[in-house]
Amino acid sequence: MARRLVLPLLALGLLAATAAYLLPGLGQKWQFVLSLRATRLGGMLVVGAAIAVATVLFQTVSRNRILTPQIMGFDALFILLQTALVASLGPVGFAGLPDLAKFLAELALLVGASLLLFGTLLGRGTEDVARMILTGVILGILFRSASGFLARVLDPNEFAVVQSQVVASFSRVNASLLPWAAGLTGLAILAALRMARQLDVLALGRAPAVSLGLRHDLVLSLALILTAVLVAVATAMVGPMAFLGLIVVALARPLAGTDRHAPLIAVSILVSCLLLVLGQTLFERVLARQSPLPAVIEFAGGLVFFFLLLKGRVR
Amino acid sequence: MRLWLALGLVLAALAVVSLATGAADLGVALGRDGSKAALIFWASRLPRTLAVMLTGAALAVSGVVMQQILRNRFVEPGTVGTGESAALGLLAVTLIAPAAPIWVKMAVTALAGLAGTALFLRLVRGIPPREVMLVPLAGLVWSGVLGAMVLHIGWQTDLLQLVQVWLMTGEFSGVIAGRYELLWIAGAAAALALFAADRFAILGLGEGLATGLGLKPAAVMRLGLVVVSVVTALVMATVGMVPFVGLVVPNITSRIMGDNLRRSLPVTALGGAALLLACDIAGRLVIHPYEVPVGTVLGVVGTMLFLWLLWRNPRHG
Repeated sequence: MARRLVLPLLALGLLAATAAYLLPGLGQKWQFVLSLRATRLGGMLVVGAAIAVATVLFQTVSRNRILTPQIMGFDALFILLQTALVASLGPVGFAGLPDLAKFLAELALLVGASLLLFGTLLGRGTEDVARMILTGVILGILFRSASGFLARVLDPNEFAVVQSQVVASFSRVNASLLPWAAGLTGLAILAALRMARQLDVLALGRAPAVSLGLRHDLVLSLALILTAVLVAVATAMVGPMAFLGLIVVALARPLAGTDRHAPLIAVSILVSCLLLVLGQTLFERVLARQSPLPAVIEFAGGLVFFFLLLKGRVR
Repeated sequence: MRLWLALGLVLAALAVVSLATGAADLGVALGRDGSKAALIFWASRLPRTLAVMLTGAALAVSGVVMQQILRNRFVEPGTVGTGESAALGLLAVTLIAPAAPIWVKMAVTALAGLAGTALFLRLVRGIPPREVMLVPLAGLVWSGVLGAMVLHIGWQTDLLQLVQVWLMTGEFSGVIAGRYELLWIAGAAAALALFAADRFAILGLGEGLATGLGLKPAAVMRLGLVVVSVVTALVMATVGMVPFVGLVVPNITSRIMGDNLRRSLPVTALGGAALLLACDIAGRLVIHPYEVPVGTVLGVVGTMLFLWLLWRNPRHG
């Protein structure tokens, strides 16, 4: 009985949290305050949904419950590509491009690169999971260093731009990009929901999936493409958040009570948005913003991941 | 023996290049004004070259020590949280007692590095040695968590510049005479490890076997931890975090000449000095007359070497 109540309850909770974030203490200049808060709220919802779905998809592709695309260096790859684009076009040519064209170009590059890299990695290393994760982590460090390197070679001043991307924050959500990000995320989530049954089969592993008549490699590539799109959107909006997805999906699995993708995706999205909005409300209002929420989530998520590793969940 | 000689020659050549490389042209300065050239040479070029070689050698040796303590080839002080916890200590003492004399800061930094590493050792004790990939993975996540703390404290206290430029990315451009001499102590600590090389080799065989051979594993482990944290703390405080030297150099040496540490440890030290000096020179030349920090260069070169080591030889971790 409780299972059927999970979705409505979560939705109600999210609604209440949204109201608690938007409404109190609006004061005289309420239009300004409301539009500022609405932008941030929109950013949180888009990022929360994107990260939740990306993590579910990635865990299915890698057949591993403690991985997130960010742990494997997806977001670092995105930042590297951004930097490389600046380097090849020059700062002026880069600034001349419209925001959207820039974003789409970066997105296309990320999808290509991640298919190439993680497609081969995931196809190859599944028998030694720890080595695969270690490789991903090291690749992440490599990408980050390479973008730092490129930024310095490009122009010592550009260094600050790349460095500012190292820390995630919701206060940098770009209002003009928000509708596009929301649209892309929505499309990707719809696609993931339409593929839900194929994803259920994909999760069984290669041999069973093929014998059940699934075009395994095609579905795997599609899932990776969707993951790349979602990670790119989230990273472009607020910066790298490695462990949010881990916490969210770990919470959502028992709540959903099933590994079928359609309900799991829905529950994960709600849990993720609820966590972000509640957390942000708590930090902005109650704790008077002593520390940014992403930093806290990253810290807690890192510790959770560490202890999951020690407990041997990865083996 | 031939390896010795070859590495020594390479290092000497690199040192000459390093002495001649920099924003100011020594030859031009010499033609115009001999005393200016001498000043540049004695106050900047020579100290910098020495500092790089000392750091590289000390880090490579402490990497070996760490690998023997943990009995895992894919770890080094920078990837098990020693560096990050030392940075935490340095940050704490900078915030709480900014006027403390330098040796107090050093001591606190070293103690913090020691505490962080010891805690990690306790936490990973349950992982069996044959789970080769799990310890470095846990170590990287552990240092990531500690590093996030450092970043966050830096952010809160408006010290982010200091944290990112000074602590998290090692670079030698600030090294001048009078500012690097502490690294000699790091060199001395690494030399101490050279004298105890045979003990560390036995320690790497496992506690049971080591005890059977008449060694006190706990004592050797303590010595190793002290060496590693002193080296890390001094390097951290003088030039910042220098990653991956302690990881790739020992692995390559052991691939070539095996694990008789008495023979291989000096070669490892030479190799570490050579690698770091080569990276530092590269960082100075790429955007001459500006510089790329050696930590960033190593982040690229070191990770590539690490990936190669990781995939090239899966069986004998």
